[in-house]
Amino acid sequence: MTDKDEIGRDRLDTAGDDFYALLMQAHEGLSFEESARLNARLVLLLANRVGDLDALRAALAAAKK
Amino acid sequence: MPRYAYQPFPYKKPPELDGAVARQYPVAIAGAGPVGLSMAVDLALRGVPSVVLDDNDVVSLGSRAICWSKRTLEIFDRLGIGERMVAKGITWKVGRLFHRDREVWSFDLLPEEGHKMPAFINLQQYYVEQYLVERCADFPDLIDLRWKNRVNGVRSHHTGARLAVEAPGGAYHLDAAWVIACDGARSPMRSFMGLDFEGRVFEERFLIADVEMRADFPSERWFWFEPPFHPGQSALLHKQPDNIYRIDLQLGPDADPDQEKRHENVIPRIEKIIGHGDFELDWVSVYMFQCRRLERFVHGRVVFAGDSAHIVSPFGARGGNGGIQDVDNLGWKLALIVKGEAPESLIETYDEERVRGADENILNSSRSTSFMTPKSKMEKLFRDSVLDLAADHEFARRLVNSGRLSRPCSLEGLSLQTPGAAEGIAPGQAMPDAPVQCEGRPGWLLEYFGGGFALMAVGCAPPPGLPAGLPVIEIWPDENLAGAEARIVLRDAEGLVADRYGAGVICLVRPDQHIAATFVAPHADEIALAYARAMGREH
Ligand SMILES: Cc1cc2nc3c(=O)[nH]c(=O)nc-3n(C[C@H](O)[C@H](O)[C@H](O)COP(=O)(O)OP(=O)(O)OC[C@H]3O[C@@H](n4cnc5c(N)ncnc54)[C@H](O)[C@@H]3O)c2cc1C
Repeated sequence: MTDKDEIGRDRLDTAGDDFYALLMQAHEGLSFEESARLNARLVLLLANRVGDLDALRAALAAAKK
Repeated sequence: MPRYAYQPFPYKKPPELDGAVARQYPVAIAGAGPVGLSMAVDLALRGVPSVVLDDNDVVSLGSRAICWSKRTLEIFDRLGIGERMVAKGITWKVGRLFHRDREVWSFDLLPEEGHKMPAFINLQQYYVEQYLVERCADFPDLIDLRWKNRVNGVRSHHTGARLAVEAPGGAYHLDAAWVIACDGARSPMRSFMGLDFEGRVFEERFLIADVEMRADFPSERWFWFEPPFHPGQSALLHKQPDNIYRIDLQLGPDADPDQEKRHENVIPRIEKIIGHGDFELDWVSVYMFQCRRLERFVHGRVVFAGDSAHIVSPFGARGGNGGIQDVDNLGWKLALIVKGEAPESLIETYDEERVRGADENILNSSRSTSFMTPKSKMEKLFRDSVLDLAADHEFARRLVNSGRLSRPCSLEGLSLQTPGAAEGIAPGQAMPDAPVQCEGRPGWLLEYFGGGFALMAVGCAPPPGLPAGLPVIEIWPDENLAGAEARIVLRDAEGLVADRYGAGVICLVRPDQHIAATFVAPHADEIALAYARAMGREH
């Protein structure tokens, strides 16, 4: 499996919809600036949770594409 | 192919206006849409007579519901119109999703073989209603269908309800032991009873058009986010029988419905999608979608089913399909209660089980509608990012939400079901179909279920001493292995029954083809207990 496949592989299954709904809920009622701050904190938290620099590099590359 | 020819159904003076002595009917049904009509047929098949009252005298104006799911088709098959629907309808299973000018991904709904009914068909609601009306005519002694009879009020008491009805010949009262309110999304019955309809209204407007044209678009569901022909919005194209195509266009929250409905405004929009002007508009409407439900579906002797009880936005085709599952759930329960074979409290489980179904449908439909109509700049950024990432990444394709299509509701864990002991299928599921043979004739498993309760034994014989009146259907790789108690013996023609249910598993099947309990090598007492529980006789 290539890095690209690994970063894009679905791991949430039907919980993906649940997560997306939670994410939108978290942003509800926030100004754009507040939302951006929420995203920044979230990225930092999730990066720590991933805890693997190679995976984070791959995610950064996929996101920047 | 000519367009659908609306034939008004004849008005007949109701007996109450002809001097007949008033009496109490077992069941009155308010509303003859797909839900009310199905309700009458389901009850008739169980020997329960009903009076159906409808304020109108034609089938649905406009196609409205077009997508009917596999589970709904199985229920309609039990009611006797499933094969006719499939023969007329367009069978489809592939959906394609586009973002701007590229295809993001496609899905195939039912890769699994060995089911009588397809994953989905498209068929205009007016055909479904017509077939149901014709099916009602097969039960002249049991179904009293009254067109142009408007319900104007209801008074409920502890042994029934009295409806105030207005017909062309005058007004009358109709007493019924049970009233089923199937009077649609705007339900006057709900207002008569002062019931709240809680939920969410989406501000967005959608244009829905049926277009008649000769074209060779495949029988697939095509959904676009921000297509070049309709910038910034979403669009849907879906084929129906008779060379009719359903087109949905998102218009934004500020669109003026009266302006948008005008043909001179609709036609250019459609020309842009299909690339030419060689079509005719069959039906146009502008909708704002809502996801709401009653807090309870059972109010004494008045029971709500279909859109009167719950409404959803159409992405996912959960409105009509959900309503037909209400009927499936309510029919046998009401029949047992009316015949005095189950306690009246069984009706509470209709509320419990169908509120679960409605919540599932509301959750999924709300999410799809939200994905299509981002409310803030940040929501829009997330949505667009999902679509961007979807080109390369599987996980993002799975987040793209243009409708999570209607699936059968599982009743697992609710009060009528006995928690599962066996491996294989979980109690609460709707039975999966499979090919079988009976005395050499090929058929389908589901065709043998749906009358009353039944015990299905897969590759095994049930224990002696079963509850009286519980028929046994045994399914074997070879019929000669069957035990003496079996009322029907089926051959597991392709081994799919054993695959889908588990070899050696015994299932208690409800009259709506849901599994109430599963067993491996049970004692007859365990089966009797589960049977009593599934009839609401014990908890
Ligand atoms: C644009 C659109 C697309 C849709 N697409 C789909 C789809 O693809 N799949 C799907 O499953 N669902 C779909 N739906 C939803 C589907 O149309 C409804 O869920 C379905 O019609 C509900 O059926 P019903 O019998 O409960 O109500 P209705 O069909 O509304 O029937 C109610 C009946 O009650 C009668 N009535 C009302 N008031 C009275 C009264 N006072 N007295 C007597 N009679 C009365 C009415 O005349 C009507 O005949 C769609 C809906 C829309 C609007």
